[in-house]
Amino acid sequence: MDWRGWAEIVFTIALTVAVGWPLGIFMARVWAGERTWLDPVLKPVEAVAYAAFGVDRNRQQGWFGYAGALIAFSAAGFALLYGMLRLQGILPLNPQGFDGLSPHLAFNTAVSFVTNTNWQSYGGETTMSNLSQMAGLTVQNFVSAGAGLAVAAALSRAFAADRGEGLGNFWVDLTRTTLYVLLPLSILTALALVAAGVPQTLLANVEASTVEGAKQVISLFPTASQEAIKQWGTNGGGIFNVNSAHPLENPTPLTNLIEVVSLNALAFGTVIAFGRVAGARREARALIAVMAILVGVAASAIYASETLTPQPAMVAAGIPDASANMEGKEVRFGAATSAMWAAQTTGASNGSVNSMHGSYMPLGGGVAMFLMQLGEILPGGVGSGLYGMVVMALLAVFVAGLMVGRTPEYLGKKVEAREIKLAMLAVLILPLSILGFSAIAAVLPVALEGLLNKGPRGLTEILYAYSSATGNNGSAYAGLTANAPWWNTTLGIAMLLGRFAYAIPVLAIAGAIAVKPKLQPTAGTLPSDSPLFVGLLIGIILILGGLQFFPALALGPIVEHFQVLAAAR
Amino acid sequence: MLSHLRPAIVSMVFFTLLLGLAYPLGVTGIAGAAFPSQAGGSLIRNAQGEIVGSQLIGQNFKGDAYLRPRPSAAGKDGYDAAGSSGSNLGPMNEDLAARIKADAEALREADGKGSLPADAVTASASGLDPHISPENAARQVARIAKTRGIAPDQVAAIIAANTQGPTFGFLGRSRVNVLTANLALDARYPKPQAKAP
Repeated sequence: MDWRGWAEIVFTIALTVAVGWPLGIFMARVWAGERTWLDPVLKPVEAVAYAAFGVDRNRQQGWFGYAGALIAFSAAGFALLYGMLRLQGILPLNPQGFDGLSPHLAFNTAVSFVTNTNWQSYGGETTMSNLSQMAGLTVQNFVSAGAGLAVAAALSRAFAADRGEGLGNFWVDLTRTTLYVLLPLSILTALALVAAGVPQTLLANVEASTVEGAKQVISLFPTASQEAIKQWGTNGGGIFNVNSAHPLENPTPLTNLIEVVSLNALAFGTVIAFGRVAGARREARALIAVMAILVGVAASAIYASETLTPQPAMVAAGIPDASANMEGKEVRFGAATSAMWAAQTTGASNGSVNSMHGSYMPLGGGVAMFLMQLGEILPGGVGSGLYGMVVMALLAVFVAGLMVGRTPEYLGKKVEAREIKLAMLAVLILPLSILGFSAIAAVLPVALEGLLNKGPRGLTEILYAYSSATGNNGSAYAGLTANAPWWNTTLGIAMLLGRFAYAIPVLAIAGAIAVKPKLQPTAGTLPSDSPLFVGLLIGIILILGGLQFFPALALGPIVEHFQVLAAAR
Repeated sequence: MLSHLRPAIVSMVFFTLLLGLAYPLGVTGIAGAAFPSQAGGSLIRNAQGEIVGSQLIGQNFKGDAYLRPRPSAAGKDGYDAAGSSGSNLGPMNEDLAARIKADAEALREADGKGSLPADAVTASASGLDPHISPENAARQVARIAKTRGIAPDQVAAIIAANTQGPTFGFLGRSRVNVLTANLALDARYPKPQAKAP
């Protein structure tokens, strides 16, 4: 550990929030349908889109209609992507001549990108054609993020409404968010990344004769354009197998900074937009504080783990600096830049990596996994992080209300039995899917075949995979070979549960909240913008996560930590 | 539900055309015009115009006259730039312990018993790491100088010229680009004859 590492962690989180802030203000304007400086270019495109979709942009949808549109859109996206992947072999723009994907891999991949997870059971440069990368995966990177942001817009309006009815129009929110926010950001970021060294070419491979006379085939791809939206949309699906650890996806500390800021800025921005739309700016700042504090603590914990835990294999080989765990890390990044990214990507539901979590020390990797198990709210995926955090805030005011014996309120809305039931329904999906699937996989020979590491780390590979899939994260302890029918199918189901069994109760909450009258705060209202509330919310998040997952963590990363300490002695 | 059918299907077609074709192809066009070298993969060509590699991608140097890269888990022989991969071995894995032990012995054999930096015996995340740490490079100076018949200072100067510090002084780590350093060595101090093992 050194001062540079700590400076990098603090600087990056501060910069991310600072970039997200104006983006959130802008996004609130986009959601409200207000004029923006992009109107001259995008207004006509938008008009063409609504005419083609057959959508009346002024028609409000209730929560049920909004959810129906979300499901229909996701289903259409799934069908198109599944077909494109299966037929890859006979479609154009396939310079390497890759075959179509197997049914279970195509199912897993299509679900993965439609649910904004971007779990990858395949290695990109050995599986995907240019067409699949661009017209398949890149498109879902945009629109799955747009759909998540649309749900956040609907929830924001619910809190603003006073005995309101509609939540907005899904098609309009999706289209406007994608066109006005995600597309311009991606174009700018892609060009900045190319300038800094990321390739962008339709040439798939070039062949080099190395200095020592060997042949080296270098995969290139249109990388920058996907890299940009992969980060802004908290998608995380890389062009290459090793994602942003690949020196072509992320060649320098500068590209790393661009990528890690774009990874989380918009998720923070969503909270700002929520505060503006719902008329709760101070409360939104409290949510930002919770997110930034927890992700900062997590990054520090991972950094400490990766620089203080002795690596038994290096101790045995007599390496003096045996606590510098560089296995699975790049020299240009080192421990701090890697730990920083690991916390940011698992705190968000991004899942891109710039180092291999599967080679992390037990506690470092364990913290990353725990961040996913907390429900991807720190700051979470674009859209999904905000609505997950609001669910936690509802639970926090509910618990506080129980303690003082008053009907809880949040942002001027009474929180009653229906909302809390729906919130618990959403929250319980995580342990049900993560622990349920892990329990089965841990005793199923066909599942265990996929593991690379044995013992506690093997269990962690399983837990990590289902945490990642259910949290719609997408990162992996990549020792697990997931491209097999069991893993592809069950991880696909976990991703669907994590996305829709969470988003639909949230929309139902939004529907219930919207029709309530907007109350003025009284002396008995728990202020939800105070340091007290920040502390309460952090407590609820950690206790909820801790109680659910601590037994499983004890059997995985925690016991392995003590094994490592014993072996390194 | 049926009322959602048309917007769902038509919007997917619309977004595929706009975001799946116009966006990446547009970016490709602009990037290729504005930043042709980077967009093309930062390739390095020799005097004959043949591609010898990318300055962003490591190569598996084995000869005594060259800086050697980190261990690599990409492909069967390492540094397979069409199949990036880390080892994904956990700290308690026996294969990791065996590999580190063997690599450490080989490195001590080649470059003496001085202290080994961690990056010299650990596989990178990508298997294509173009860099090694300055400490790792410094360990190799004596061997390269002896093989090429030049002074250690001359090798160290080339390494220093191919070393980058942290960005803005605190982002990332100091690093030596193995490929560009080796190319500079060959250009400045040609070997008697190339002898790749």
